[in-house]
Amino acid sequence: MNSLQRKDLLDIESLSTDEIQLICNSARFFKDVFTRSVKSVPVLRGKTVCTLFFEPSTRTRLSFDLAAKRLNADLINVNVSTSSVVKGESLIDTVHTLEAMKADYIVMRHAASLAPHFLSQNIESSVINAGDGFHAHPTQALLDAYSILEKKGSLEGLHIGIVGDIQHSRVARSDIEIFKRLGAEVTICGPPALVPDEFETYDVNITYNLDELLPKLDVINMLRIQRERQQGAFFPSIREYHRQFALTAERLKKCKPDIIIMHPGPVNRGVELSNEVAESPNLIMNEQVTNGVAVRMAIFYLLAGGAPLEEMSDET
Amino acid sequence: MKIIVKNGRVIDPASGIDASLDVTILDDRIGEIAPNIPVEDGAGVIDASGCLVLPGLIDMHVHFREPGREDIETIIGGSKVAAKSGYTSVCTMPNTTPVIDNQGLVRFIKLQAEKGPINVFPAASITQGSKGEELAEMGELLNAGAVAFTDDGLPVMSAVIMRRALEYARMFDVPLLTHSEDLELTDNGLMNEGVNATRLGMKGIPREAEEVMIARDILLTRLAKGRMHICHISSAGSVELLQWAKAQGIKVTGETAPHYFSLNDDAVAEHMAMAKMKPPLRTEEDRLAMIEGLRVGVIDVIATDHAPHSRNEKMQEMEYAPFGIIGLETAVPLIITELVKEHGFSYLEAFEKVTVNPAKILKIDRGTLEKGKPADIVVVDPERKVTIDEDFLMSHCKNTPFIGRELYGSVEYTFCNGNIVYSRS
Repeated sequence: MNSLQRKDLLDIESLSTDEIQLICNSARFFKDVFTRSVKSVPVLRGKTVCTLFFEPSTRTRLSFDLAAKRLNADLINVNVSTSSVVKGESLIDTVHTLEAMKADYIVMRHAASLAPHFLSQNIESSVINAGDGFHAHPTQALLDAYSILEKKGSLEGLHIGIVGDIQHSRVARSDIEIFKRLGAEVTICGPPALVPDEFETYDVNITYNLDELLPKLDVINMLRIQRERQQGAFFPSIREYHRQFALTAERLKKCKPDIIIMHPGPVNRGVELSNEVAESPNLIMNEQVTNGVAVRMAIFYLLAGGAPLEEMSDET
Repeated sequence: MKIIVKNGRVIDPASGIDASLDVTILDDRIGEIAPNIPVEDGAGVIDASGCLVLPGLIDMHVHFREPGREDIETIIGGSKVAAKSGYTSVCTMPNTTPVIDNQGLVRFIKLQAEKGPINVFPAASITQGSKGEELAEMGELLNAGAVAFTDDGLPVMSAVIMRRALEYARMFDVPLLTHSEDLELTDNGLMNEGVNATRLGMKGIPREAEEVMIARDILLTRLAKGRMHICHISSAGSVELLQWAKAQGIKVTGETAPHYFSLNDDAVAEHMAMAKMKPPLRTEEDRLAMIEGLRVGVIDVIATDHAPHSRNEKMQEMEYAPFGIIGLETAVPLIITELVKEHGFSYLEAFEKVTVNPAKILKIDRGTLEKGKPADIVVVDPERKVTIDEDFLMSHCKNTPFIGRELYGSVEYTFCNGNIVYSRS
């Protein structure tokens, strides 16, 4: 298998383990490519990528943009706030317009869960999910898994903690799916209202006690906590949240010395991570960003069903 | 004018008759019901061999969208869909634009319905504009032709207003049809709170949003010595609450809808907006509790909550699409397939929920095959399969998760007030 035999990339659940491994292997190649001085390969020449972001995003959008450009694709960014969407056009009509302009790939972020799934049923273009509601963020999960693979060689038998607002996190859902699939043990941690029992169906452990969890972990993914959750009374205050669930220098001492600390970004310093931890060498957030470009290049390339990587590797 | 419906299996839940009989229709009334009635010259004959002959069905919960959204459905259009579906009486919900909260609007609905094929009984709102603040003028609304009161679509959130409404309605012995939902607990949820919502990343609506309000409304009915009918029950806990209330002698009845005994929330991943309604589809355990509730008679009524929405409104991200599905045309097929064939209900048990029971609650003098009563009759072939597709659906709106399903139970003829208002062929 050297391509993804599928139209869309919507979530981790629908990917086979072979496909996940293929994406990670290809990402390694593309990371080599763009750490050279000439950072591009022309595998998407003549193809059009359209990014359609219905929610603000900096790093995911930039990452997709760079990935597309480094593959020599033509790139359109639809700025939703100035487009016809604000004039009341429906999602389907908007995207049919893009399709009429022959966009091959539509990279969409949307606040409504399953919006990319709904879209994919109604258009011919490939849909790549750049995050939908609380549901899925498959490219983030792939880059997280790739980042761990790069450090540890395998996820088999690793214990990975995901801490924070699990309930409202598409990253958590997709991470859980991919970490479990690749053989890791996963524990989720946060206040009960943000870590509902229904997550047990993913075969993960649930704990509300971060201090007891920390010594067991090989990897910890600290999710961003949104201040508006306080208004929903999910927890009493940011201050209290920080006391219970932040990763601080003191808590870091309880961890294995080689623990990998991940964060999907952007960090709320002083909320989920203390300033010291935000500076810790164990935090691999910037490598995650680099790997994100590589993983997204791999996804475009594999969806395009391109040439075998070895040949391309020889050419370049 | 005389018509004889011959050779059918007569099912009349009101009298408990389940027998092979002929039924005569004399003008707008039911005539003789007996075996082998000889055909006189000039009498029309309907051959109902292999078919059920039932009282015209009653749906006490439909949304016909007029006035206000005639682009989606009208009173006439909805009435034609009802006739095709075997229904000869419907109770229309008042959450139109404007809300049916004054006698002029009730009269408007009655007037529109006069041109249509079936009997339309309007429900009027409990509170003015269904805002939950001031009571609508119930006496005047009843005089104009309203048969019940409801703020359906919304709960009466104020317990005091609900209490007073129950007390006031008591003097007319008219039921309040309650949309029991605690909006604070619903909190903009989209589907049943549980494993499916968690895995799909959808904001959940806990069953407690329904149960808390049903519990409150039951206790208020006891306090007010009023009469209440709970609309669209969807959770197992609600059935238990209703059972408890009945055991206390509180005057409460309840309904569920065919989708709640036919589907669970697994359907949402596949059908998305087409499986979005309030209350939401719940778990398999809840679905089975609806069936048991109907079997033992705790749940009195099957009503469709027929809620047409345009294709544009439903062809959206699920979060933005409106709540509600159409239900009239799939009702008989689902009752026969799910309840009779799948779960062993007798025809009498199944069809009392759409005939005599709603007639009693709304005090409508219909829903039975008794000599001298209005000739509302439906002939159903329970062995004939129907495929629910765009061709089958007469409804202008096709918002249903049952598209593609093959079900038993075909409506062959519908008579309303002695007139043939639908025949399949």
